[in-house]
Amino acid sequence: MSNTQRVPLFRIAMARSGDKGEGSNVGVLARSQAAYEFLVRELTIERVRAHMSGINHGVVERYEAPNLRALNFILSDSLGGGGSASLKTDAQGKTHGLALLRMELDVPPAVLATTPES
Amino acid sequence: MSSPKRSKVLVANGQGFWGDSILGPIRLVEEGPLDYLTLDYLAEVTMSIMQKLRSRRPDAGYATDFVALLDRIAPRAHAKGIKIIANAGGVNPRACKDAVLKVLAKHGLKGVRVAVIEGDDILSRLDELIASGEPLKNMDTGAPLSSVRQRVTSANVYIGAFPVAEALAQGADIVIAGRLTDPGLVLGPLIHEFGWRSDQWDLLAAGTIAGHIVECGAQCTGGNYTDWRKVPDLARIGYPIVECTSDGSFVVTKHEGTGGLVDVSAVAHQLVYEMGDPRNYITPDCVADFTSIRLEQAGRDRVRASGIRGKPATPTFKVSLSYENGYKCAGQLTISGPEALEKARLCASIVWKRLELDGCTFRPEERLEEYVGANVCHAGIAAAEVAPSEVVLRLGVKCADEDKCDRFGMELVPLVTSGPPGVTGFAGGRPKATEVIGYWPALLRKEAVRTQVTVFES
Repeated sequence: MSNTQRVPLFRIAMARSGDKGEGSNVGVLARSQAAYEFLVRELTIERVRAHMSGINHGVVERYEAPNLRALNFILSDSLGGGGSASLKTDAQGKTHGLALLRMELDVPPAVLATTPES
Repeated sequence: MSSPKRSKVLVANGQGFWGDSILGPIRLVEEGPLDYLTLDYLAEVTMSIMQKLRSRRPDAGYATDFVALLDRIAPRAHAKGIKIIANAGGVNPRACKDAVLKVLAKHGLKGVRVAVIEGDDILSRLDELIASGEPLKNMDTGAPLSSVRQRVTSANVYIGAFPVAEALAQGADIVIAGRLTDPGLVLGPLIHEFGWRSDQWDLLAAGTIAGHIVECGAQCTGGNYTDWRKVPDLARIGYPIVECTSDGSFVVTKHEGTGGLVDVSAVAHQLVYEMGDPRNYITPDCVADFTSIRLEQAGRDRVRASGIRGKPATPTFKVSLSYENGYKCAGQLTISGPEALEKARLCASIVWKRLELDGCTFRPEERLEEYVGANVCHAGIAAAEVAPSEVVLRLGVKCADEDKCDRFGMELVPLVTSGPPGVTGFAGGRPKATEVIGYWPALLRKEAVRTQVTVFES
């Protein structure tokens, strides 16, 4: 663990988010197979719930789609009511993907080597 | 299985939602080969707004943008033999058809066949359906529809792709539907062209996923892409095209020379958009398994998808109901520095205090306070700006009482002269209360719904 490097999730993954009823979903796309395997282990429901706690007030679910190197997170209460009931600026969770990509993670060099900075 | 009419079919989507750029479909028709142009105009809230418009005017209640678009593209689309499929009919597809026929006549286009798909609108059948034992329970909460029945403003079944195929089989050049699913716009022509049957689940899933990839327009060709600096020429972004073959595999691409990019990541971005359980993407036509999709780069701006598997369709249709659910009101002011954030906080407290002085109070959960520029979108994540040079103060309320919401709206602009200095940006004037439209998802046995296809000619 000692030679891990602290980087934002952005460095090893991409993301897109959108609304789902009163919540939103964030699809995280790992930039490499090694990054995907690392994220399957490290990007847990608990970590995502804690990181997004200023935005999401409900439970978090996680699904895996290894063929897309994707983890899909459902944030069940993140839109201030959702649909036309929401007063929030981001009533559709469009920015939640970028919010998650700001998470800082300790990533091993072997994983970082597979996702060179462009 | 009937033999395919052609080996490869090109289907594009030129409109991701009502309000998308009109340039998308105009350029798709102009800038390259195409067999079908699909256009998606509907969202949950749209149907309710359309019912309201129709209740005031019997010839309203559809996506008028579609008619304006046809005015721009109909002659060229007709000359190139491009068929057009749109869920622009809203809650009044026949009125939409009348307006379309007028546009065709204006351009002197004779013999164009316009099909209308009906049967999705069950608003007038609700009591009959409830009486026949359909509970239309809220899928999320389990509550019976009777709890909001008197406030229901729209009720539409998400219908699938087979009525579209039926319309095309009857020779339609333009297909107008109401609440047709977004992927069904694309799957419909594939069923028609390739003779896919209603129990060929893998093929139906493949066409459904092709439709899902293009349903949000440029969101799969480089729009809303994480590595945005890598995306060339967003101003002239190409809208997506799927080149489909009868075995269910397809290539996602865009016309040559257009902006944007199509790579595996761009397509994957869209596949996870609005995703739930990736193994069970439920549509009226099938259940698609997103974990079966194989994506590979097949040339510049070409991504091939194959290997898609599907499961049998469920016995129910999803129904989207909307109901009146109170009111809301929101407005904003811009507060310049110095000390912008402190002054904005003072402004918010003044508004709540003045309302209270007039006997108008809102519970904390009925209020919204946002300081845009000082960390609204990523609250609790990014470090908040300590001293932004200016902030936008957004205040809002929601409650059952329209008058109370309007009373709130009267207390924003007065801050310009009776608050701290540097308050501006009130050009929009006094915000007014608007209706909150509640969303009620439910299920309905498929036997309870019958769709009809009618073809008209210009």
